[in-house]
Amino acid sequence: MADVIEAGAARDGAPPPAADAARRGALARRAGRATPYLFLAPYLLLFGVFGLLPILLGLWLSVHQWDFQLPNRPFVGLDNYQELFSSDSAVYGDWWQSVRATAIFTVFAVPLLVVVPLGLALLLNRSFPGRTFFRAIYFAPYVLGVAVIGLLWRFLLDANLGLVNRLAGMVGLPADTPWVTDVPWAWVSLVGVTVWWTSGFNAVIYLAGLQDIPQELYEAAKVDGASAWERFRHVTLPGLRPVLLFVITTTVLASANVFGQSFLITQGAPGTETRTVVWFIVEEGLRDNDAGRAAAMSIVFALMLAVVSIANFRLFRYRED
Amino acid sequence: MMQNEMSRRRLLSLGLGLGAAASLTLAGCGGGDDDAGPAAGNGGKDYTGPKVDLKLWNGFTGGDGDIFKALVTQFNTEHQNIAVSIATYQWEDYYNKLPGAASSGAGPDIAVMHMDQLATFAARGVITELDDVAKTLELSEGDFAPTVWKGGLYNSKRYGIPLDMHPLGFYYNKGVMQKAGLDPNKPPTTKDEYTAALTELKKSGVQGFWVSPFQFTGGMTFYSLLHQWGGSVFDAEATKATFNSDQAVEACTWLTDLIKQGHSPANVGQDADYLAFKSGKNAFNWNGIWQINDLKKSPDIQWGVAPLPQIGTQPAAWANSHNFTIVKQRANDANKVSAAKVFINWLSQHSLDWAKGGQVPARKAVRDSADFKALAEVNALAPELEYAAFPPAAPGLGEVMTTFYNSFNEAALGKKSPKQALDDGVTKANKQLEDNRKKYGS
Repeated sequence: MADVIEAGAARDGAPPPAADAARRGALARRAGRATPYLFLAPYLLLFGVFGLLPILLGLWLSVHQWDFQLPNRPFVGLDNYQELFSSDSAVYGDWWQSVRATAIFTVFAVPLLVVVPLGLALLLNRSFPGRTFFRAIYFAPYVLGVAVIGLLWRFLLDANLGLVNRLAGMVGLPADTPWVTDVPWAWVSLVGVTVWWTSGFNAVIYLAGLQDIPQELYEAAKVDGASAWERFRHVTLPGLRPVLLFVITTTVLASANVFGQSFLITQGAPGTETRTVVWFIVEEGLRDNDAGRAAAMSIVFALMLAVVSIANFRLFRYRED
Repeated sequence: MMQNEMSRRRLLSLGLGLGAAASLTLAGCGGGDDDAGPAAGNGGKDYTGPKVDLKLWNGFTGGDGDIFKALVTQFNTEHQNIAVSIATYQWEDYYNKLPGAASSGAGPDIAVMHMDQLATFAARGVITELDDVAKTLELSEGDFAPTVWKGGLYNSKRYGIPLDMHPLGFYYNKGVMQKAGLDPNKPPTTKDEYTAALTELKKSGVQGFWVSPFQFTGGMTFYSLLHQWGGSVFDAEATKATFNSDQAVEACTWLTDLIKQGHSPANVGQDADYLAFKSGKNAFNWNGIWQINDLKKSPDIQWGVAPLPQIGTQPAAWANSHNFTIVKQRANDANKVSAAKVFINWLSQHSLDWAKGGQVPARKAVRDSADFKALAEVNALAPELEYAAFPPAAPGLGEVMTTFYNSFNEAALGKKSPKQALDDGVTKANKQLEDNRKKYGS
């Protein structure tokens, strides 16, 4: 703002005495330079304390054998990282197992969590009686906590006592499917439950996006003789592009952070096949008191996700060209 | 710890526990801190010094929590100069929280802890030695069951004063037994009787004994059987995993064969074995003593509880024990320590009321009392104290026990043969034990 005043003053002509003007100008310029930083300060402070500092601390932890309760926390260099990549360490097997589990879940959950809510949103965007009721119904599971949905589905999916197998039996399907104790069924269950649980959230975001697309575009397309599919393809999808990018990016990250569902529903079974990365990190850091190792895992995992997210953005930019 | 023994109930009572955590009393340290006179009292038998506030943490979130709180209230009314305030957390949160709280000075004075956690917390310097407490209170092995008393030791020093023990018991559904033509008052006690009973049950269309692949309760069943066959999870010093011994493979195979022979369905889910027991779908369930109170609330089912049948060559049963510990403080307050001793001693003597919460008191005098014998179901499991297989004392074993339970999970789900599953588990467990040795330096 000071810059604007100064510029204004200069435009007005009538320069004040030279020395004075120079001093005032320098002051104003200095104050001007500080202004944006002052505006940024509150956020920078929060980001510094809750964002940057933990990241730096994480890096620091990851090069130590760190049990915050033990008096000596020796520096171990890159040992914690090396362990993750050398097949004879105690964590190697469990770590890559958990990466694999997380990858499987993400690869199957994300497409469904992007497409199913979109379909849902398209349906709920039409006007029909009871629309608000259905919007509420589909959003309802999302308000439940993971503990609730976890317990609920663990009992519903139980191979021997659960309602799902009972119903399957009644319609002549196999009634002994091990929904939560064997793969691939456990993955079907985890992905299915997650889609049921969180679709409502993405659907609401899509709905908001759909309502931003100008109605005239559809009318114009109709006049031009575009079919329903062509209208979706050429009006709806391009209109939703920023929303899609948001949904895909957040869904990928949320899916990669899956923890509660497998912790509660499959409990990692069979063996540790459905134990995910975040769960394993929690176990290492909080249960087994190895914060250094857990920090190294978090950083490696964060890098993996960064690569995925960058690829994701690239993909969308490419399409836009 | 993640798969801590109370985690099953933890899950079921999650809502309850959240409430408990929210209403936790954050008692400030007050009275007696500054004007602390010399420690008063005669060695922990009673306390006559200035008034002190004691903070006590525990993880009793189930029905046992109310009984525990009532006991503490009674203690407070009987002791005018000691005020004990309780904070209750889920066991898992509790074990995560305690070290940080203790080192920052916000920890409790007294903490209840499972026997298998003592070594880890002792090695990490969270709790203090209690040898002098035991001495001043004149407590010795004779006052407790030897197995429980010895379990409070780590590096030959005492860290825990045992409150109770909670073993695995053998629950039988009398109605289902009757329907299969079995005598409901004569539960099987040997391997032959057990398999004969299962065969009869199968004839009447009942899969009698559901083998759960999870720690609750299949893993604990396997743990018991492993010891019944004379095997062990670790060698005596807990430096090597031994749960792939011939005995272990035999015990594991006996369980997985039950599935193959149709006495148990495959793919039993978490808690399904117990739910099936309650609804009359199976006849036998090996489960923790803490289920007694739950079954008492189910009037529809006729049930009984007995010590585990002896399937292997000797009797054995999985068990754990709650212990009182005193948490290391930044500033030592002798008055607080004396008051804590009084509390621990008092509660240990009043553990009959605690037994009503479904635990076998560790104190012998209480166990021998007529009042305890009147608690028929809990008393039925007291004999197991003599041969209870408690977890070994070594720091960092929680992680290794998870590996043990996961190996059994793979075998019970038919992913691997018992031999293969246990061999793979031991390979991993030995690496973990080596890591622990490096970390805790022993």
